Amino acid sequence: MPSVPAINASDRERLRETYPQVFHRSFLQRYGLLIGSGLILAYLVACFFAFNVGPAFRNGQWDRASLYLQDWYSWRAQPRLRFQDDGTVKPQWSSRGQYAEGSDISWLKPTEGGGYRVTYGSEADRLDVTPGRVDVYLNGTVYPVTIDSNAATAPADAPSALRQDGAKVLVDYGFEGQAEIRPAQVYVQRRFLGWANFLFDTKSAFWGKSWGELAHLATIGERLDPARSNIGHMRDDFLGNNVWQHADILSKLLQTLVMAFVGTLLGTLFAFPLAFIAARNITRNRAANWGMKRLFDFLRSVDMLIWALFFTRSFGPGPIPGIAAIFFTDAGALGKVYSEAVENVDDKQREGVKSVGAPSVIVNRFGVVPQVLPVFISQSLYFWESNTRSATVIGAVGAGGIGLKLLEAMGTNADWDKVAYMVLLILIVVFLFDNVSNAIRSRLIGGPTH
Amino acid sequence: MATISKQTTGHLGGNLDGAPGSRLGPAASLMMQHYRQQLRTRRVYTAITIGVFLVVLFASLKFANDANAGKFFERLPYMFDFIRSFVPDSPMEIIRAMFDLPSPYADGSLKYDYTADRHYITETFYIPNFFYQLIITINIALVSTIIGSAIAFVLCFFASTNLVGAGPVRFVVRRIMEILRAFPEIVIAGLLTAILSIGPIAAIIAITVHTIGALGKLFFEVVENSDMKPDEGLRAAGASWVERVRFAIVPQVLPNFVSYTLLRAEVNVRASTIIGAVGGGGIGEVFRLAIGRDHAAKTYAIIILLLVSVIAIDQFSSWLRRRLIGQQSFELGRGAA
Repeated sequence: MPSVPAINASDRERLRETYPQVFHRSFLQRYGLLIGSGLILAYLVACFFAFNVGPAFRNGQWDRASLYLQDWYSWRAQPRLRFQDDGTVKPQWSSRGQYAEGSDISWLKPTEGGGYRVTYGSEADRLDVTPGRVDVYLNGTVYPVTIDSNAATAPADAPSALRQDGAKVLVDYGFEGQAEIRPAQVYVQRRFLGWANFLFDTKSAFWGKSWGELAHLATIGERLDPARSNIGHMRDDFLGNNVWQHADILSKLLQTLVMAFVGTLLGTLFAFPLAFIAARNITRNRAANWGMKRLFDFLRSVDMLIWALFFTRSFGPGPIPGIAAIFFTDAGALGKVYSEAVENVDDKQREGVKSVGAPSVIVNRFGVVPQVLPVFISQSLYFWESNTRSATVIGAVGAGGIGLKLLEAMGTNADWDKVAYMVLLILIVVFLFDNVSNAIRSRLIGGPTH
Repeated sequence: MATISKQTTGHLGGNLDGAPGSRLGPAASLMMQHYRQQLRTRRVYTAITIGVFLVVLFASLKFANDANAGKFFERLPYMFDFIRSFVPDSPMEIIRAMFDLPSPYADGSLKYDYTADRHYITETFYIPNFFYQLIITINIALVSTIIGSAIAFVLCFFASTNLVGAGPVRFVVRRIMEILRAFPEIVIAGLLTAILSIGPIAAIIAITVHTIGALGKLFFEVVENSDMKPDEGLRAAGASWVERVRFAIVPQVLPNFVSYTLLRAEVNVRASTIIGAVGGGGIGEVFRLAIGRDHAAKTYAIIILLLVSVIAIDQFSSWLRRRLIGQQSFELGRGAA
């Protein structure tokens, strides 16, 4: 312990009298923070019960949650291995099949007796499927599942990964996948990291080719289609990818960006002249000032949602309602910010220009605009950044763009990989715009960039 | 387009450099010449910038018009028709819809059925549905602002260069904030709706996540601009990091933090209406249904309610902010971003 300076009684009295604000604090100063935090905590607890947070979390489908999250970065192949009458097994793919017709699949191989062998990661974890029986290999140990016309039956000594569920037998291989053995078929689910057929769908001539092969084809390889170059062919196949719909998603993304850009720009152009009317020091007409400020307040206060839905009803879904919604809210918000900036200008420059006999337009052009322009542009850039994000949400309400696409993809609960792709695109675009607008802003008004 | 704007700026500028060059000495006229040259270069750049902007603007407008379901000029008359036809049967209908009073036009359809949605507290006392939904929306905004600002408050000190240096901690925390800020709210809301079923919790979490990112950024900028002298004093007295933050930084930044949080609460009220319309519940969803089903009286009732509550919240929070930190309380753009 370092030496504590000793204070005698008279010193203590002197200090108390010199700094009363430190030693005699009012009740509110002493306990205000504590009481405030207590009230806020009580409010949160009340909301916890009012919103039924506890039951909602208890009843949440958390098994689905992990499945959905896995779908973000991995994909599932889901063939059904049907037992035919002639004693063979036939794989059947859904319409979303990720493999081309007749392609050679490394984890799904036909065996000699007309059956199929499904491997989950290694030879030690696999299914040998024949119509009468399925041999389930778990960590190298084999558990035969017998199948008759009514039920599939698991052996009695089966571990927890192999489970009897009524007439079905469920096999769980963790991340690698599952299988459901039924009397008429085996429903296989096999999971792989990454996004299936992201570049080309199964109909493309480039499907299933490795990166090396693709690079070779793109540069020096023979033309697959004599009519066009391989690069052009690749681009067409990429954009025309039926599963991932790159062309559609990119155009929807562009729509969202256009909404934010045009909405903010038009809002800026609209607010710029009106801010001068609203500013008390420029327009010496109280009625005009007041009217303009109330107009700004009205435009700003009507929710963006209201504008968006109203214009969606009028113009139909698409970027126009989005532009209009952003324009109307931003015209109000920017008008307010701009007029406040104009009211705070230094009057000396205006007087200087006025003193040489310039008309009022010139006075404002050279006395006011040079002072406020950097502030105006920097504020508009802030709004542009924030609108790039809100345009996504506005789109989901019905204004179109990537927001609506996201909502559609989420609605099916099966396209979470596509959701992840769109989120990634949005994140990239937002980061890019943040940096561009930061760079412009710091060049205009100086100061640190983040 | 470019030439027009060039001429305009040329005309305006002409009033300024109108001094006749002949009366100047050789040095001064050389300077004037340089000045004119610079001015000319700048005007060319300005003209090019404006030209590029206009081209991009018109290209964007054309793209937007092509992508839209209805074309702008084709649909414009319909818009006015829509406004004209979208009126309630009588002004009183708006009041009735707002307070869930029985309508004289009632024909059993949903359009005039105001009384069915009453939320009874006791046998006779009820909260009208739109007020009830508005309370839900505002509470969603408040809860997410409180939780979000609390988390942002803790995180922001780890993102400030003057407290943790420019090391990996700052880098990681800042990137986390950026991702939270840019992550589309509807995706979080949609994912949680799929797991927790429809309800306000998805909206709360989605808005909270965004609030952490947005407020965290504003907070650490405030912390970085704070005066470090109290910190030095505490450091000299041997205070720990937590004590330095608590007694040197927090008292300085707290008024600004509270001001930004209030600004965020305003923004979040708007955000929660929008998220509500996408599936979070509250007034947003009711509004979407009302305007989608052509229920004019209900729509206007909600618009009036929303307008009044948003203005009231704005006024209250700007009054509170002005009391807290005075005139610098109006950084609307920054709060919105």
